[in-house]
Amino acid sequence: MDRRKSIQTIILGASASAVAFHGCRVENTEVEVSTVTETKYFGRTPEEMERLEKLNAEQLFNAHEMETISVLSTIILPPKEPHGGPIEAEVPEFIEFMGKDIPEMQMTLLGGLMWLDHRCNTKFGVEFKTAQLSQQKQICDEICWHNPDVSLDEQPLEIQFFALMRNLVVSGYYTSKVGIADLGYKGNMPNVWDGVPQEVLDQHGMAYDPEWIGKCVDQSKRHIIAEWDEEGNLLT
Amino acid sequence: MQIIENQDVYDVIVVGSGAGGGMATKQLADAGFKVALVEAGPFFDPADPKTMTQLKWPYESPRRGANTDRAFGEWDMSWGDWEVEGEPYTHAEGTDFMWWRSRMLGGRTNHWGRISLRFGPKDFKGKTRDGHGDDWPIGYDDIKPYYDKVDKLIGVFGTNEGLENDPDGFFLPPPKPRLHELFYIDGAKKTGIPVYPSRMSMLTKRINNERGICFYCGQCSRSCSVYADFSAGSCLIFPAQKNGGQVKLFVNAMVREVTTNEEGKATGVSYINKEDRKEYKLRGKVVVLGASACSSARILLNSKSPQHPNGLGNSSNLIGRYLHDSTGSSAAGFIPGLMNRKVSYNEDGTGGMHVYSPWWGDNSKLDFPRGYHIEVWGGMGQPNYGFGFNANDFNKFFGLKVGGYGDGLREDVKKYYGSVVGFGGRGEGIARKENYCEIDPTTVDKYGIPVLKFNYRWSDLEKKQAKHMQDTFEELIHNMGGHLLGEKPGKDQDYGLLAPGQIIHEVGTTRMGDDPKTSVTNRFQQLHDVDNVFIVDAGPFVSQADKNCTWTIMALSWRASDYIIEQLKQQNI
Repeated sequence: MDRRKSIQTIILGASASAVAFHGCRVENTEVEVSTVTETKYFGRTPEEMERLEKLNAEQLFNAHEMETISVLSTIILPPKEPHGGPIEAEVPEFIEFMGKDIPEMQMTLLGGLMWLDHRCNTKFGVEFKTAQLSQQKQICDEICWHNPDVSLDEQPLEIQFFALMRNLVVSGYYTSKVGIADLGYKGNMPNVWDGVPQEVLDQHGMAYDPEWIGKCVDQSKRHIIAEWDEEGNLLT
Repeated sequence: MQIIENQDVYDVIVVGSGAGGGMATKQLADAGFKVALVEAGPFFDPADPKTMTQLKWPYESPRRGANTDRAFGEWDMSWGDWEVEGEPYTHAEGTDFMWWRSRMLGGRTNHWGRISLRFGPKDFKGKTRDGHGDDWPIGYDDIKPYYDKVDKLIGVFGTNEGLENDPDGFFLPPPKPRLHELFYIDGAKKTGIPVYPSRMSMLTKRINNERGICFYCGQCSRSCSVYADFSAGSCLIFPAQKNGGQVKLFVNAMVREVTTNEEGKATGVSYINKEDRKEYKLRGKVVVLGASACSSARILLNSKSPQHPNGLGNSSNLIGRYLHDSTGSSAAGFIPGLMNRKVSYNEDGTGGMHVYSPWWGDNSKLDFPRGYHIEVWGGMGQPNYGFGFNANDFNKFFGLKVGGYGDGLREDVKKYYGSVVGFGGRGEGIARKENYCEIDPTTVDKYGIPVLKFNYRWSDLEKKQAKHMQDTFEELIHNMGGHLLGEKPGKDQDYGLLAPGQIIHEVGTTRMGDDPKTSVTNRFQQLHDVDNVFIVDAGPFVSQADKNCTWTIMALSWRASDYIIEQLKQQNI
């Protein structure tokens, strides 16, 4: 989707909404939360929306740079079935947006991309994005390790660049739909918390203290309205 | 420009719709009074799908939840943070204060941590205890009945433990601890630090038929759309309206000053309507300020008249003085025992912690006078911007290389997911006359209202307390078999003591007392100088405790409201 089109979608999205229904069953307790979701607003205020539209209308990377970012992203985190990789996670678009949203990153990103091509040209006589994978990896191998005890700010630009790209690629992937599926995160949906599963406790050598658990919520009575005696003892 | 005057006369004008203003509105409207509720921000209802962020996924946003627009990340339900566009504040040289403002109906209660702790008997008598600060004119017995009522009206989970300075209450049952919290309980035991179920205002059990029950998304900071957590809008203001109360809401209405007559009594307020940028006047028999400790001080200091030349209610010259925030210092640790976690289950739980440690120490044996409680965080949370940064930094603890690329990164992310535990110490600083806010005569906000200038410095007592926090956290992490992350902050960094205002518990600017020379309000939060003006936010606090202030704001606001109702009925004001 081109940039102009995506802005149009955002504006149209203001009036379009979808109804999402989440439900789950735990013991005999039905949890139902019906939420009407504004598909494109994601809870933004009008001022925030305006800023988003402004950022979306700007362009940070040219086509060549975007292609280079795509190539580098998939080297950093190769796609893997069934949850794809950076392209399916829209990581290049995410990096383009973040570069505009947090402009302090721009010099490192733009400068780093130039360094990649310069290095690749010097070494192999070809731009990074069109080099062979083995050549690309040789370049990456030069810059992908760093001493974690030295602040990144004090390390060479190309080292900073690779570390930043790795952060953005991994974060971009694991905050995407495919990445969250790959991670296996089970939250962000209505449920009833009733403690850590026994096999997980066993795995980590932990156990619940029966006295503690005795004070915790009995989820089968969560729908019964709370009543107390005068001392504050829960009766229901 | 002519000021537009509304001809209605309200029984009570409440300024600010957060915990204090919301509670006063509820009590006064329930008692049958005609209330005007004036809020500087727009209308907000946590159930409105247009503004809702609850249950959003990171990929619904191009910035994946990053905090560029909102200081606590873009899902946080606070419109405004330490910076509000067009509403600056200034500092005296060499001092620091960060002032959080939420410009919306319900204010900061929409995003707060919901940690709902009663002050204990000792907290009201600090000076008697250790010679620092001052005693409150009231004690725990005065406020206890109101804490009880707040527990039952709002709902709070916790347990009765019979602790001396962390009183029992009317609790809903707490949720079970998460895995990292079990590690914490074990680690704390080794050092002799007690751990109890946390006390937080989410409904783990139904309290009435109007509000929903917690469905454990862990997103209370996004404000609950089924009203299963406490926010002033959903739990106080809307119920007051549904109850048939006469509550007239004025939103986007930025109060400039309290207006007065020739006798010096309050006649109402003037405000700027943010939509047409014109000044309006409202008339009322009683004015109740609940704009937040600093905003109420600002309004009073800006309310100058021949009868009140240095600001309304300021004959003591103490408005703005004794400003104090909770102390805060934090640490995090990597716990190898929490590596390689099964992701087979959802452990979002309630928002924030399921367990905590109230202050356990004996200050008579320590080099600082007041305590702190420990908040715990960790777990397999929702990935948002920043998740996966430095994905394999922890390799260094195993003598492995840090960095690289390729399939190994996926394994690193999963191996370390949920293996970090963090601690926040939240303690009591001493209220000092020398720490204050005042009007900056050289600066106005975009509504033309003179702004606040802050003068605030921590003393050695708070720094020593922060040192104790850091030493404690280091020991806890060690006990849990973990590694402290980052450098332990030393003396040169004040032991990681956060800037005042960063904990967002600022109190004390209009403190209560029996002597009008040394306090701004009386024990019913009525201005000594003007009998028809009350303050129901945290301004009247004589001292912050090692507790969060919201439950006490609400209990005191209810108590002050009962007094206002009685005085209005007796026609005393």
